Amino acid sequence: MGYQTTAEKMNAIFSDLSKDYLIYAPKRFVGDGTFTDIDTIRYGEITDLSEIEFAEKSDYSFKEVLLPISETLFYFTENEMKEADAPKKGAIVFLRSCDLHGLKRMDTIYLENGAVDTYYKRLRDNTKFILMGCENSFENCFCVSMGTQKSDDYDAYLKVDGDTVLVDSHWDYLDTALTGATQTQVIADSVTANDTVVTIPETVPQSLFDAPFWEEYGNRCIACGRCNFVCPTCTCFTMQDIFYTDNGKAGERRRVWASCHVDGYTDMAGGHAFRNDKGQRMRFKVMHKVNDYKRRFGTHMCIGCGRCDDVCPEYISFANCINKLNALVNDSAKEEN
Amino acid sequence: MTVHELKSENPYIPFLSEITEVIKHTEIEFTFRMTYTGDVKPGQFFEVSLPKFGEAPISVSGIGDGTVDLTIRKVGKVTDEIFENYVGDTLFLRGPYGNGFDIANYKGKEILLVAGGTGLSPVKGIVDYFSAHPEDCKGFTLLVGFKSPKDVLFKKDFEAWEKNINVIMTVDTPEDGYCGKCGLVTQYIPEIPINNSDEAVGIVVGPPMMMKCTITELFNVGFKEENIWISQERKMCCGIGKCGHCKIDDTYICLDGPVFNYTKGKFLKD
Ligand SMILES: Cc1cc2nc3c(=O)[nH]c(=O)nc-3n(C[C@H](O)[C@H](O)[C@H](O)COP(=O)(O)OP(=O)(O)OC[C@H]3O[C@@H](n4cnc5c(N)ncnc54)[C@H](O)[C@@H]3O)c2cc1C
Ligand code: SF4
Ligand code: SF4
Ligand code: FES
Repeated sequence: MGYQTTAEKMNAIFSDLSKDYLIYAPKRFVGDGTFTDIDTIRYGEITDLSEIEFAEKSDYSFKEVLLPISETLFYFTENEMKEADAPKKGAIVFLRSCDLHGLKRMDTIYLENGAVDTYYKRLRDNTKFILMGCENSFENCFCVSMGTQKSDDYDAYLKVDGDTVLVDSHWDYLDTALTGATQTQVIADSVTANDTVVTIPETVPQSLFDAPFWEEYGNRCIACGRCNFVCPTCTCFTMQDIFYTDNGKAGERRRVWASCHVDGYTDMAGGHAFRNDKGQRMRFKVMHKVNDYKRRFGTHMCIGCGRCDDVCPEYISFANCINKLNALVNDSAKEEN
Repeated sequence: MTVHELKSENPYIPFLSEITEVIKHTEIEFTFRMTYTGDVKPGQFFEVSLPKFGEAPISVSGIGDGTVDLTIRKVGKVTDEIFENYVGDTLFLRGPYGNGFDIANYKGKEILLVAGGTGLSPVKGIVDYFSAHPEDCKGFTLLVGFKSPKDVLFKKDFEAWEKNINVIMTVDTPEDGYCGKCGLVTQYIPEIPINNSDEAVGIVVGPPMMMKCTITELFNVGFKEENIWISQERKMCCGIGKCGHCKIDDTYICLDGPVFNYTKGKFLKD
């Protein structure tokens, strides 16, 4: 159901909800960016709609709400393990359409690929998603190419216009809370085109895995992993044990975000590692995002948010890479004919 | 309280398993016989989970009545700690994970199993089975290579196997007093009598280079690629399809492997 209400009314509703939920939204952090003197926009808790950064794309995605950068799995003593408690409150997350599609990618890995992940599920089950519309495309976005520019799969859509707030609710709680508000049809803002357009090669022959094409990336990439950390669909982690005192037996096991670009990702005992070359790491990531994942799960992993392009300190463009790869695949197909 | 009552719904929480026996093969390779009841296959693996030190995926090297064997090589943080402080005690485990070898695929066939060093662990359950049931196959040859005589694993088991199946053991570098075979496993393949190489099964596990050369040699003597099976090792942090470290193209080694038919395995490119 669609409603027109006021910012004051909506803030009051969120204030009530905050008894049971932590509310996360993209916020501006001044002078905190990748490049000096630039702000970052990343997720944080809010108590008032005015704190939300609607006008720009967030540098980081919402994923840390469901997959914290470092998450305690359990506490141990010598002979006992105790599962870490779930947060007492649920979460409400403001996010854009592409990220809402990203959520599905996370669900696939954490709920379907192998065992159900206890920690993800318990957060996920208690999270509500509020869609933020996109009136215009941002720099580097290519959601239209990925088909993620629209989504109906939200608990609510919310648009703030001065003192007026438009809401489309799929959530009984909000319908009840908004009883008496003006009912109106609310359609989420979405873009129909982006400046960046990508064409994804249907299949990439393995013969191109070693093509000189990747060397350019090998020379430029510094293996900082930022492209993975900002990506809403990068879900990898590494285990880490922490102990409280050096000689004590008590401690905890955590999982922390991992990056397939960063050294050590494939290291095995005895110093053996796969993909030592950074160009091959780029190849591995690109193939995962726009080929491998799809073969396994049916959709592309990448949702076209362009954050990896926004963040790369070496100005490596994932979108360009896909397009160039597509050209390479076409050329190599022609050569064979 | 029995240790198994500790098993949790949460796949990350390990359960406590007792070490009932420790078999020392070399200075740095011991088999730990662990209490475990439940379905398990050769080639599957457990995550041995040591609070404070981390986890290490270890193959099942033997399956007993209420026990599984884990043959562990001491190479780093987790495995050092197991050797130094856990012998004769208990270990936390989670698993078993992975697909493992399906004995049914090999029954009634001529089988050539080629293993290099610790690669024997994941396939030892297959050798044990056909050594105990030689009538279940048309012939079984175990061809195994170790670095040197002092690296030989499962010496006791070899004595039993030699009575029931054809065993060829070789070492890369012999020492004084060693009178067995020398050289790489590949050089012995042409000598192995195979009646019908069109249907014979080859199982190959070992270091990447050894697997590659062995498979080439199997093709040379007429094995079909659909009859060749391999097991892969990759970095693993979860064993349950989440952490991403083991992934190669659209394949999760921890879920879809570590055992692959070569028709699939040959396409795995890191
Ligand atoms: C499917 C599978 C089966 C295995 N079976 C056996 C076995 O039967 N016996 C045996 O001795 N070893 C086996 N290994 C290798 C064993 O897991 C590593 O030797 C062990 O993880 C080393 O841990 P560490 O902490 O002692 O060494 P470190 O070098 O200190 O380990 C550092 C980190 O790298 C990871 N790591 C290191 N090597 C490997 C590796 N080869 N594979 C995956 N992760 C690794 C560890 O998890 C650890 O977090 C197997 C590996 C896999 C993937
Ligand atoms: S790969 Fe880049 S564009 Fe695609 S979802 Fe990840 S950060 Fe966004
Ligand atoms: S592609 Fe760019 S952001 Fe990603 S690891 Fe390489 S240098 Fe860092
Ligand atoms: S070991 Fe974590 S995904 Fe396979």
